[in-house]
Amino acid sequence: MRLEYTERQKKFRTEVREWMAANVPKQPLQSFDTREGFEQHRAWEAKLNEGRWSAVTWPKELGGRSSDLIDWLIFEEEYWRASAPLRVNQNGVFLLAPTLMEYGTDEQKARFLPRMAAGQDIWAQGWSEPGAGSDMAAIRSKAIKDGDHYVINGQKTWSTRAAFADWCFGLFRTDPDSQRHHGLTFVLFPLDLPGITIRPIKQLNGLPGFAEIFFDNVRVPVANRMGPEGQGWNVAMATAGFERGLMLRSPARFQKTAHNLVALYQRHRERADRDPSIRDAVLKSYMDAEAYALSTYQTASRLLRGGQIGPEASTNKIFWSELDLLMHETALRILGAHGELMPDTAAAAESGPWLDGFLFAQAGPIYAGSNEIQRNIIAERMLGLPR
Amino acid sequence: MDFTFTEDQLSLRDAIHKFLMVEAAPELLREIWETEIGRSAELRAKLADQGLTALSVPEAYGGMGLGDVDWVLIQQELGYYAIPDSLTATAYLAVYLSKALPENSALKKHWLPKIADGSARVAVGHPINPFVADAANANLLLLWHDDELHGVLPADVTLTLHPSIDSSRRLYRVAWTPTAKSRLCGADKGAALWQGTIDRAGVAIAAQLLGLAQRMLDLGTDYAAQRKQFGKPIGSFQAVKHHLADVAVKIEFARPVVQRAAYALSRHDPQAARYVSHARLAAGEAARLAARKGIQVHGAMGYTWEADLQMFMKRAWALDAIWGDAIFHKARLAEAVLADGAPLGPSETFTH
Repeated sequence: MRLEYTERQKKFRTEVREWMAANVPKQPLQSFDTREGFEQHRAWEAKLNEGRWSAVTWPKELGGRSSDLIDWLIFEEEYWRASAPLRVNQNGVFLLAPTLMEYGTDEQKARFLPRMAAGQDIWAQGWSEPGAGSDMAAIRSKAIKDGDHYVINGQKTWSTRAAFADWCFGLFRTDPDSQRHHGLTFVLFPLDLPGITIRPIKQLNGLPGFAEIFFDNVRVPVANRMGPEGQGWNVAMATAGFERGLMLRSPARFQKTAHNLVALYQRHRERADRDPSIRDAVLKSYMDAEAYALSTYQTASRLLRGGQIGPEASTNKIFWSELDLLMHETALRILGAHGELMPDTAAAAESGPWLDGFLFAQAGPIYAGSNEIQRNIIAERMLGLPR
Repeated sequence: MDFTFTEDQLSLRDAIHKFLMVEAAPELLREIWETEIGRSAELRAKLADQGLTALSVPEAYGGMGLGDVDWVLIQQELGYYAIPDSLTATAYLAVYLSKALPENSALKKHWLPKIADGSARVAVGHPINPFVADAANANLLLLWHDDELHGVLPADVTLTLHPSIDSSRRLYRVAWTPTAKSRLCGADKGAALWQGTIDRAGVAIAAQLLGLAQRMLDLGTDYAAQRKQFGKPIGSFQAVKHHLADVAVKIEFARPVVQRAAYALSRHDPQAARYVSHARLAAGEAARLAARKGIQVHGAMGYTWEADLQMFMKRAWALDAIWGDAIFHKARLAEAVLADGAPLGPSETFTH
């Protein structure tokens, strides 16, 4: 055990810090769930890529820095410390890319990853269907082989970023007679193909953060299949594993929010201390954000020594989503009657980001596998309780 | 940066785990509960055979010379098996207190070899605790007086027993008179030494609470897998599963906090006190939840003397409030976190 950074790691941190200080936009970007904000965020992804910061863990030849997981954590810490923008391409960079590295062909990696890193292709995800939410194996959308193409028919929903994204990945039933998690295939497709209709869905904040996707005889080349036909479930589980596990929600993001919450509390301390439970919630937020970081450092250290991510990864999802709710609820309690102000109004300068985050935090226990599903996974796979 | 234990540390932990599984079964704990002194010479001898009494005694005094990080894994095991022994006070805290003393002091020359070979028991008294545990079977008492450290022999103290709900704990009020002869260390050095003792006791307890929480989770899981209602194991019902999953989450995110605190102590980290208090609060929360969910999953059995769960619950409830209760540790954490310019936020997870 050595809980100190090496000189090389310290130098790396300094390098990230300096680049962020020089390049992070001084004014916050508009939400990436607007057309204009989406393009602003795309430009930020391109800028990150120019500095080779878009995907530090990727191999150098694909635009990354071959960084290990500890460097990745350091990068994320500096990224959030600098209040850099949310990653509009997180579906691609953090979810699809690790799966591509594991299951994609060399041709697919060369074709998709550099464009992804540069923000040329922004990715949406296509898991859920109207009848397949928590029960993802109930997927019905079909991709039937016709020569060197799949012909896709059906519907996806809750597709994050699909309102403005360029590409999408998802699971489709290639064997029409198959049941459950058999006969599914992982397919990548551009969202502007003939036969695709996208219907944006407004989220709590009124913006189209996700969308329905309708498929009417959409032809996708077989070359866009990732992994073997019929093995899509295993490929998708790898993606879901990354999502629940390390990549999607790096601890630095929550530490930044917790730090902001401590600062908010300090500014309003006199009023807030009239309810002692607020101070307690602030301290708990700080503690849990740090606990999540420590746990991630421990997992990263273990993986670097050849360990594997196991079912305990499901504890992450529960922990950070509940922490995120706690922090934003606490902030709004401190802000009192200002908390309801629409985020983009002048009077909401202090409260706006908290309200925005509060709304988004409501989704945390639901997306990426609901917390009920995570608790089942923990009970069955980690504790060994009967199904 | 490497947040893993060495192979040696893990294999010692595994060996102790297997050893205690056989040697410290719940039936034995119940027998020890019934004894007058609440301690077993036989168990102590076995712990000494495993090298536990010698763990952090310097090699020059017959020990292994290991440190806080080695202890933390062992403490988790001591908690898991609710070991009824003054091992922590003797082999961890007393040894730590001795380190500030000169090489020719009696505590080092006379007592450290006896601690290492398991023949001496030491009780440690500090006003943060209203009672001194195991004072009656101690061969030496190390006591606080105005930040001084005093070494007192059993003949020079008067003890009054105060029974605990955890029948393995023997708590005493200690009446004694400090003298120039009993003083081992003055207040100038003693203040920091006692702070270090509170922090080491804190990490030891936090680690034991983790072990206790894990044991209560395991007992609940086993019970839920066996007990049938409506024709099925109750552990197949989601409401029961989710109780136990919640405990698993708490343990998972308390463990690295406790282990960071142990590491910080080993490095004299200026943030160590804050890390220890965080560890105590996180592990205490995990253990309290494990107890509550443990009872719930056990149903009426959980409320009985017969079910083993009680031994682990009671130990957890008791430990959670000694060497600084939750009020103490929350206040200490708040002071550090809410201080102006406190190092918080991303990039401040570890002290630079």
